[in-house]
Amino acid sequence: MPRRTDISSILLIGAGPIIIGQACEFDYSGTQAAKALKREGYRVILVNSNPATIMTDPEMADATYIEPLTVESVEKIIAIEKPDAIISTMGGQTALNLAKGLHEAGVLDRHGVKLIGAGFEAIRKGEDREAFRVVCSEAGVEVPRAVVARTIEDGLRISADLSYPVVLRPAFTLGGTGSGIARSEDELRSMLGIGLLASPVGEVLVEECLLGWLEYELEVMRDAADRCVVICVIENVDPMGVHTGDSVTVAPAMTLSDHLYQKMRDASFAIMRGVGVETGGSNVQFALQPGTGRIVAIEMNPRVSRSSALASKATGFPIAKIAALLAAGYLLDEIDNDITGRTKAAFEPALDYVVTKIPRFAFEKFKEADQTLTTSMKSVGEVMAIGRNFPESLQKALRGLEIGRNGLAADGKGLDAVTRVMVKKDGDDPVRREFTQEVLYKIKMPNCDRLFNIKYALMLGVAAEEIATLSGIDIWFICQIERLVDFEAVVAREGLDDTRLAEAKRLGYSDAQLDFLSGPDSAAGSTRNRRTAAGIERVYKCVDTCAGEFEAVTPYFYGTFGDETEAVPSGREAVMILGSGPNRIGQGIEFDCCCCHAAYALREDGYEVVMVNSNPETVSTDYDTSDKLFFEPVVVEDVLDIGKATNAVGAIVSIGGQTPLSIAHGIEAGGIRILGTSVASIDRAEDRELFATLVHKLGLKQPANATVRGIEDALRVAGKIGYPILVRPSYVLGGRAMQVAYSESELRLLAQEALDASDGRPLLIDQYLDQALEADVDALSDGRATAIAGVMEHVEPAGIHSGDSAGSFPAYTFSPDIVERMKDATRKFAKELEVCGLINVQFAVKGGEIYVIEVNPRASRTVPFLEKATGVKWAGAAARVMMGRTLADLKITDGDPRGYFYIKEVVLPFNRFENVDPVLSPEMKSTGEVMGIGLTFAEAYLKAQLAAGNRLPKRGGVLLTITDRDKEPAVALARDLSSLGFDLFGTPGTSKFMSGQGVPVGAIGKIHEGSSEIIDRILRGDISLVINTRDSRKAANDARRIDRAALNHSVPVYSTLRAASAMTEALKIYCRSGAGEPVRLQKIGGHSPTFQRSE
Amino acid sequence: MVGPSPQLNSSAFLALEDGSLFRGLTLGCVGETEGELVFNTSHAGYQEILTDPSYKRQIICMAFPPMGNYSFTEDAAESGGVHVAGFIVADSSRVTSHGRGGLTLDEYLRRHNVVGMTGVDTRAIVRRVRTRGAMRAVISSVSNDPAALVNRARGASAMAGADLVRELEHDRAIRVVPPGGKIPFALLECGVKQGIVDSLVRRDCRVTIFPSDSKAQDLLASMPAGVLLSNGPGDPAALPGIVTEVRALIGKVPIFGICLGHQLLGLAAGGKTYKLPFGHRGGNHPVLDLRTNAIVITSQNHGFAVDVDSLPEGTIATETNLYDGTNEGIELVGRQAFSVQYHPEARPGPLESAERFERFLEMVGKHA
Ligand SMILES: Nc1ncnc2c1ncn2[C@@H]1O[C@H](COP(=O)(O)OP(=O)(O)O)[C@@H](O)[C@H]1O
Ligand SMILES: Nc1ncnc2c1ncn2[C@@H]1O[C@H](COP(=O)(O)OP(=O)(O)O)[C@@H](O)[C@H]1O
Ligand SMILES: [Mg+2]
Ligand SMILES: [Mg+2]
Repeated sequence: MPRRTDISSILLIGAGPIIIGQACEFDYSGTQAAKALKREGYRVILVNSNPATIMTDPEMADATYIEPLTVESVEKIIAIEKPDAIISTMGGQTALNLAKGLHEAGVLDRHGVKLIGAGFEAIRKGEDREAFRVVCSEAGVEVPRAVVARTIEDGLRISADLSYPVVLRPAFTLGGTGSGIARSEDELRSMLGIGLLASPVGEVLVEECLLGWLEYELEVMRDAADRCVVICVIENVDPMGVHTGDSVTVAPAMTLSDHLYQKMRDASFAIMRGVGVETGGSNVQFALQPGTGRIVAIEMNPRVSRSSALASKATGFPIAKIAALLAAGYLLDEIDNDITGRTKAAFEPALDYVVTKIPRFAFEKFKEADQTLTTSMKSVGEVMAIGRNFPESLQKALRGLEIGRNGLAADGKGLDAVTRVMVKKDGDDPVRREFTQEVLYKIKMPNCDRLFNIKYALMLGVAAEEIATLSGIDIWFICQIERLVDFEAVVAREGLDDTRLAEAKRLGYSDAQLDFLSGPDSAAGSTRNRRTAAGIERVYKCVDTCAGEFEAVTPYFYGTFGDETEAVPSGREAVMILGSGPNRIGQGIEFDCCCCHAAYALREDGYEVVMVNSNPETVSTDYDTSDKLFFEPVVVEDVLDIGKATNAVGAIVSIGGQTPLSIAHGIEAGGIRILGTSVASIDRAEDRELFATLVHKLGLKQPANATVRGIEDALRVAGKIGYPILVRPSYVLGGRAMQVAYSESELRLLAQEALDASDGRPLLIDQYLDQALEADVDALSDGRATAIAGVMEHVEPAGIHSGDSAGSFPAYTFSPDIVERMKDATRKFAKELEVCGLINVQFAVKGGEIYVIEVNPRASRTVPFLEKATGVKWAGAAARVMMGRTLADLKITDGDPRGYFYIKEVVLPFNRFENVDPVLSPEMKSTGEVMGIGLTFAEAYLKAQLAAGNRLPKRGGVLLTITDRDKEPAVALARDLSSLGFDLFGTPGTSKFMSGQGVPVGAIGKIHEGSSEIIDRILRGDISLVINTRDSRKAANDARRIDRAALNHSVPVYSTLRAASAMTEALKIYCRSGAGEPVRLQKIGGHSPTFQRSE
Repeated sequence: MVGPSPQLNSSAFLALEDGSLFRGLTLGCVGETEGELVFNTSHAGYQEILTDPSYKRQIICMAFPPMGNYSFTEDAAESGGVHVAGFIVADSSRVTSHGRGGLTLDEYLRRHNVVGMTGVDTRAIVRRVRTRGAMRAVISSVSNDPAALVNRARGASAMAGADLVRELEHDRAIRVVPPGGKIPFALLECGVKQGIVDSLVRRDCRVTIFPSDSKAQDLLASMPAGVLLSNGPGDPAALPGIVTEVRALIGKVPIFGICLGHQLLGLAAGGKTYKLPFGHRGGNHPVLDLRTNAIVITSQNHGFAVDVDSLPEGTIATETNLYDGTNEGIELVGRQAFSVQYHPEARPGPLESAERFERFLEMVGKHA
């Protein structure tokens, strides 16, 4: 069947900002889909609120909208663009729920648009927990015992005959939002409350808890002729009860017999057909009771998912691309398999390697958060590794995770060191026994260090069977870890000769681990040198979809140790681009965008682009993005070997965030040229002492500061500078461990914490610029000329991390003179540092002075945002500059907003961490960002708020609780809100003050004064907006409770005066005329649309 | 549950007739073995593979590295014994999953006297076979003389022209399973997998199993509703005797052939077979039904194929392999006989082509 001719234009919906449970993978799928559909000649219309995506690059679609993913906005886009069809299966749960919303609001009917891929009924049957159960039983697939609750009372009553624990699973959510395990009626009551709110349809499944069952996921595809194939089966190492997104997972399944696997496979087809997904990819999850072999269906997602991105990278089969083509009417056997170039997409990939995925957590950012893993997802990123056996694959993944380990322990760090001391003690030694108990406790509770603890327990002599029983993890995995323990015991006894060294490398040990295992004064020299001498070199094998049965034409490689390498230098001039590894807070999709743009640009210029990255969610690890893809950990050892295998002329380290930058020294020392800004210059910007000299030399100002190495030193210096004082470690990203101390006693405490986080490196003490404004400046330099990409003024004041603050391009309150001075200072830095590539400078502005906060001689988080706002591919140009091009020759000048305002707004993951104070600080906590585009600042800000999911009200109650110093300036906004028709309430002080100023504000008691009226009102829905400007010096308990209550009830909170004012301006538009007109990216700056609809 | 690890220190060699040499570790029995080296891309199902009589005189290299991850069970045995000539894996597990105990792969191979090899770069072996074709090979864990091993590989007998059905030591007596079944079937046993017998029995059939040297009239005398030609090892072209008997059955009774049985039917219909460079072995081969446009993912294990161009009039190709366009099914139009190259009984592999058994029963029903 050829492609559908009944449709000619397709609207593709993206996933919006990166949140926990929904990350870069939907940029990967959306980009693949857009490219495939465009190539097929469809007119592609794309909407996504996230500017840091490749899919929103103007050339990816015919019409691109960076607009809020709301029914209101998308209906406007549909009205303008009149698409024939919508694909909603590429943008995660967000797109699926939006499609459902569009259907229910009658938008689809009104405009005659059809959903293709998965229709409304399929979405409903897949996502509605009850409907899904019916589908399963009709298909003859068992499901756990469960009931659907729509109210709390209802839930308690009907679940009476299930025994505790029970699992709560809200419908139409993602990443296990609002789900959990209730162990008693009390827990059930409170969790039902949360779950019902989390579900957009107010429905929660209360289900028999299958704790300890094993969990599997199948990635299934179906074409319009009803052919079904399984692309990949993923096995969770962590058993049921830990969300698959938080589980360590492997592919293909390791512990399944063919018999059990085929049963699951058949069940997955039956479910897909039952749900009625006409074409495309779906993800079906199963639980299996070990021993009995009972299989039950857990859920299905009628769309591409995080797991399908993982499966695509794990197999080489591009699920999203194929799903898009299937939606367009092609059949599986009409679509080429790009990897082999000769077979078709109608097959099931065979693997000849083991893939391991490990989630990356951000608990260091959320100290009060409960770190136990459960059904609600908490991880912020993931890393994938490929090896020829499980230990190798696992150790590679851990190495790529950047948690300071080089594999599964064997590094003398943390408890590894303690365990090595303990094992020397007698088995009966009470200290050893107590330690062992502690380790076993940590194995029982699912957490992110579990695999390490399993290894320690094995080292301490605990039997594999006992650990398997305790953890619910299958004995097979435990024994794979035991192989490492046994191996290390042999090495300890007999040393590491060359044969054993080769064996160690096959088991995935890094050179650094082997340096440790062979002892500090190993006569044999460093492992790396020994390897070279003994000829134990890394080889590269292809990910080829077919386990070697056909020749692969697409060079997608992983490293291992074996007899034969498949990666041979091509003779072309090769350039390595080092990616950013797993997503984490502070380093996410933005850097992947930059890497992709660099790759596109250099490919265009004829270089052979070699991409190195370990994050399966990304576009950079799409085999289409580079000439050669190495799916490898971005660490010195592995990068050096790739350099050798590709004969690369050098590596680009300055566009993938801190990950590649931090290994620049190591790879340069290993003989790889660093392309772009020199390592020496990087040091001058990163080392605070060198940096202070630099700032001084350029005649610029920086907050008074010093570098200290101990607590007493810190106190002395702080006394001189004066409080408040900012404390932070050097060489970390995202304001990690950065805190404000208002007094000596606070400083003592905070300095200790910072010292712990900085790994022996010195501490920085800064004068804290209270109430200053902040700006980010990005620029591109070729060493001589510098172009300013943009000056972005932060909405929130300094003291709130640049990554957590909203920003406006162009600046909206700074005087032209201030902006000029910042640009000037940036140019000076670029020149002095001989920057070749991008540079980012952050400034604080106070009292007409500009202070330099930091300089990053690399691509920053804001680069993709500015690319969209200025229409210039800054990262691509940076890569070209690094290869010797000049700004003049590239015709690049300062970035121009081209008549619009662009607002960045952030999204925060506080809803995932119940115990955490939802407050902004110098430590970054946001996971993602959106962009609002408007003709005025207010309009752009409004769109950004809506896009970030802040449900702005048009009427109703507004709660004001304003700190003293903000009261005076807050009068104006209170007056504005009142005249817009909002009912204002305030805490006693605020109410009194405002009323005194002639603005009527009803008084409600503060919480700690015995009244919880505020909370009650939020719960009752009387309050639809909260302005709570906090005084960070005061105990923030009540403020925290207000914010938390608001958060749990989806009431937007504005916590700084500047943000509240901006929001008030936005409300003026919103109340009058709604969300604003969509702006087509391709039209900005007079660009003519690339495709004219012929009608 | 935790078995001894493979003898870590004893090395083993794999020598190929083209002179290639791979070094690994001993798995299973210590000794020396020869056979045709082929690879299989299934992720699991190793017990079914080891016990499949079609693998007679073949050394199997498993492409997926970890093997022996779950336990051996009685229902996964496809025959009474192990038939492979040797077994090569990259990473043999020393423990089985799901707390089910039992033998490890190493122990199982030892119990069945199979010389194997582990800890070797199996992908390099697969690629060698893919580029140079299935080759004669030797695994040895007793010799230190690679040159001698290569020579021995060169001296091993070739697969083309080999009548291996005769070499299978199976029961010469006629057996009926289960005695109570309803529809009477005759099965010509050339090395049948238990899965095929089970597939019929599950559908209410009474299967009379005839040894491969039986005559057509013996089979017909049992008044079967249909005859099934089983899978089996070796070169079909080396079995002219069986082909003659099959020819005598055509038109007299509905016939369904599987794998070797398919090739036999093709030959009996007047077609030719040929040796594939390295065959098809695995559980992921897409097969297109040329008449319905349906695609089934199939279980495969064959080194020879029916030459479509050689099929005489009246015999049509019904199914084709989407990987390489080789023949996967034929039908003798109007003569109630059809066959498939792949394994509709699966074991190991996808189950969806089991529908072919239904098709056969339907044909039989119409015939009756
Ligand atoms: N009945 C159950 N018993 C125990 N754990 C469960 C049960 N149902 C789901 N889970 C766990 O909860 C996780 C999240 O559930 P799921 O419905 O898949 O949420 P989501 O739709 O957000 O992916 C699963 O990955 C699984 O580990
Ligand atoms: N001296 C200071 N006074 C006030 N705020 C500051 C000061 N220095 C840093 N900050 C705040 O802390 C945030 C993080 O600091 P920065 O040095 O940019 O760390 P990172 O490397 O994490 O980006 C800044 O965005 C700013 O809001
Ligand atoms: Mg799930
Ligand atoms: Mg910063």
